[in-house]
Amino acid sequence: MTLETIKSEIEVSVPGCVLEIIANPSPSGQHSLRIDPAHAVAIATFLRDAEHLRFDYCSNVTGIDWPSKEISEKVKVKKTVDGVEQEVEEVRKLQTAGHLEVVYHLYSMEKKQGPVILRMRTEDRAEGVHLPSLTHVWRSADFQEREIFDLYGVIFDGHPDLRRILMWDDFKDHPMRKDYVEPDDYEYEPTAHDQVLERARQHRTVMGAQ
Amino acid sequence: MSTATEPVRILPKSPSDDSEGQFLEVSMGPQHPSTHGVFRMDVVLDGERVVKLKPVFGYLHRNHEKIAEHESYLGSMPYTDRLDYFCSLTNNWAYALAVEKLAGIQVPERAEYIRIITAELTRFQNHAALIGFLTQDMGASGTPLMYAFRERETILDLFESLTGARMMCNYMRFGGCRVDLPVGWLDQAKKFAATLPRFLEEFERLLASNEILMARTQGVGVLSKEFAVNAGVTGPVLRASGVNYDVRKVDKYGIYDRFAFKIPLGEHGDTYDRYMIRLLEMRESVKILNQALKDIPDGPIVDPKTKIRGFRPKPGEAYGRIEAPKGELGFYLVSDGTSNPYRYRVRPPSLMNLTVLEELCIGRNVADVVVILGSIDIVMGEVDR
Repeated sequence: MTLETIKSEIEVSVPGCVLEIIANPSPSGQHSLRIDPAHAVAIATFLRDAEHLRFDYCSNVTGIDWPSKEISEKVKVKKTVDGVEQEVEEVRKLQTAGHLEVVYHLYSMEKKQGPVILRMRTEDRAEGVHLPSLTHVWRSADFQEREIFDLYGVIFDGHPDLRRILMWDDFKDHPMRKDYVEPDDYEYEPTAHDQVLERARQHRTVMGAQ
Repeated sequence: MSTATEPVRILPKSPSDDSEGQFLEVSMGPQHPSTHGVFRMDVVLDGERVVKLKPVFGYLHRNHEKIAEHESYLGSMPYTDRLDYFCSLTNNWAYALAVEKLAGIQVPERAEYIRIITAELTRFQNHAALIGFLTQDMGASGTPLMYAFRERETILDLFESLTGARMMCNYMRFGGCRVDLPVGWLDQAKKFAATLPRFLEEFERLLASNEILMARTQGVGVLSKEFAVNAGVTGPVLRASGVNYDVRKVDKYGIYDRFAFKIPLGEHGDTYDRYMIRLLEMRESVKILNQALKDIPDGPIVDPKTKIRGFRPKPGEAYGRIEAPKGELGFYLVSDGTSNPYRYRVRPPSLMNLTVLEELCIGRNVADVVVILGSIDIVMGEVDR
């Protein structure tokens, strides 16, 4: 079962979905299928339930951060220099849009086949970007999507229990992002100094001290 | 079970509950001997019965994956030892396998044999120690654990003479292994492997029909087949539920297709089956071990074409997985053509197997939680990364 046939079958079963095969140039040859977030749950359910596919086991869920970067490319441009038309090479700088990507590795325990790799991309890298959760299709995505939420900051819509999983609850940033800046001081201890001082002050007022 | 410093909060009575008492929220761990490391469970109890259980972890989190992005490919190899520190050699193998897929490296035959020998020894000592810990959790204080550790010590001695370290082996390399077997190692290993059936016989007689063990484990924490598959449970826990899925047979990575061995399967999916499946898997490991020790050929142990310095795989990605003692251990690597991985992801079997913990424990007593957690077999170094 090649990825092309799976792609065409999904296109038949899930009308309106946008799919794209992302080629993998490495010797591993594990090509992947980019799916659009709007139809992700329908596609995932189809892959899990279709009789001859039965991708019942979602092995691995990964986040990848692709920050926006500058690509310079050389373009030949026709220019008039001193009244003579010439072809001049010009360097143009392009800013690619950054995005976050979530990758699902699927296998079939029943049919012993796989992997089929699904990817979803966010629009940008802003704080609080959304993607649909596939936890209701594969329960194994539960902790892993929580981890991506924790470390990359992707909000999974429809996840039953989206909380931080590895970092503590008060933690602010997302450490696996490429532009994460480490704090100068690791000696952070969440002690409620201000609340304690406030209560001590009230206590003094009540007791009529001073 | 509650630690003295944890506040005990009384939750409002649930409307569906007609029992007299109120719910009690107990924090089991993180410093509790039965949690196998720094692991906490927020348990809501109705008397002795578990109503809700939320695993809390991250105490050992050091962002292994981020560290690896700043290291060269080879530089991450010693870090993989620290994931599941009981089974460093299988961790090494999983990472080496992923990099070999990424860069298209071939492994010489002798190295494949050494990998299988060390991996099966690792599996043996992991399962033996796990059964020891499990019975320790049930109150069999010491004896089974010491029986298991006696064998484990010999295996660690073999690892030490081969790799120089007992637990942090750092032995596999991309395209082979780091050093060849020392003189006399094979004879030593063969002699040891010959004693293993006797140990297994003894170990099984000691425990398998023990009344307390049966009372504490049979029918406790039943995991259904469908739920196990959907929740991504792998390894012995999955096979105890009767799903025939072993990456050694499915992917045939390395040269596992040359060996004759069976995949033991459970029927009930309860804690007793999870215990038994490990005993049976140890028998199969001994079979593989004997064949590999007999057939190992001479030859190089590392592909001479593999670059060690300046190793830069072409851009692309690869997911490599093996059957580690605890389940499917996978490494997902994305290369951008530089000497460091762009993305390095570990798929830890311990973490995935914890997904089902709440469902297994609901409705059981607190004391059963300890046994169920023990039978899932977690190592926090791998859960937290």
